[in-house]
Amino acid sequence: MIDALLAGTDLWTLATLLGLGAVTVLTRCFFFISSQPWKLPAWVARGLQYAPVAALAAVVLPEVVMSQGYLVPTWQDARIFGAAAGAAAYFLARRSTLATIVVGMAVYLPLHLGLGW
Amino acid sequence: MAPRLFDIAHPEFRVGMRAMAPQMPGLAAWGLMTGVAMVKSGLSLPEVLAMALLVYAGSAQLAALPLLVAGAPPWVVLATGFCVNLRFVVFSLHLRQYLMHLPLARRLFFGYLTVDMSYVLLTQRRPEPASDAAGRRAQEAFLGGANALGWVCWMTPSLAGIALANAIPTHWGLGFAGILALVGILCSLANQWLRVLAGAVAAATAVAAYALPLRINIVVAIGVAVAACLLIERLPPPRKAAL
Repeated sequence: MIDALLAGTDLWTLATLLGLGAVTVLTRCFFFISSQPWKLPAWVARGLQYAPVAALAAVVLPEVVMSQGYLVPTWQDARIFGAAAGAAAYFLARRSTLATIVVGMAVYLPLHLGLGW
Repeated sequence: MAPRLFDIAHPEFRVGMRAMAPQMPGLAAWGLMTGVAMVKSGLSLPEVLAMALLVYAGSAQLAALPLLVAGAPPWVVLATGFCVNLRFVVFSLHLRQYLMHLPLARRLFFGYLTVDMSYVLLTQRRPEPASDAAGRRAQEAFLGGANALGWVCWMTPSLAGIALANAIPTHWGLGFAGILALVGILCSLANQWLRVLAGAVAAATAVAAYALPLRINIVVAIGVAVAACLLIERLPPPRKAAL
């Protein structure tokens, strides 16, 4: 029973997910975990504002322009057009992340399913 | 006050819920899509449920997916999640003034559930943190109400997405919606030219360093981008740098 339930489940992955939950607590509570007043060094505080955009961009771009570890050799890839359309929609639709998903998928799905890109 | 999870009896609890209500459609769409993306990534059902129920941070969940699927080591996944969540570190500095008088367990409970929107709503409702007992109870009830509704409105569609995704063939590529969600957040973060630069440098580095083992390219990319921006900040400004 337990075996069937956990089929395909990796205990390391579960432990990592538990760790990610701890990261959520750590980041959301960062400055009020300890009751001691304390401050970050100034350069770390400044670096904070660049790290999130850097982390997301580093995760996203390889998922859009690479496959099996290599840059896609063709521009005929539905992901490139979907992501570009999604980004354009964000700014055209007055900064709506919902528009990014809807328009991006509306471009991606026909290219991916219809043309096989 | 008895240590209950939420101060439901306080009128401010309802006010907090009502303030959160307009966010429901957006949260629902985003939660549904995250649920679908988690299943479509190829994680097993227990893994997907553990992620949905424990992590409770959409952007960190979506960023972790490709890394988990590629078999990146835990520290790379956790470091990436930490960096994606860094905005909360900045919020926590501000929230400290609202929560520091509470015992640690209560602070952690509030902190864990306080997402972007409930933080913004609290600081709009109470620009100045209360300093008396009645005011503190009211602001905690308000935050609790906003947090409770936010949790339900995120978790329900997220679980629905997990259930529905199993009925959809993988080759449709619906998991791509998760990447698009990250593209949307990326666009919303790129509101200063140095941040645009940070994103561009990190993206280029991540692709160029892709051959590094264990998806360390992500960590290298963050380091290079942050270092580059800190260096450029120190240069004398040619003009006011704002976009």
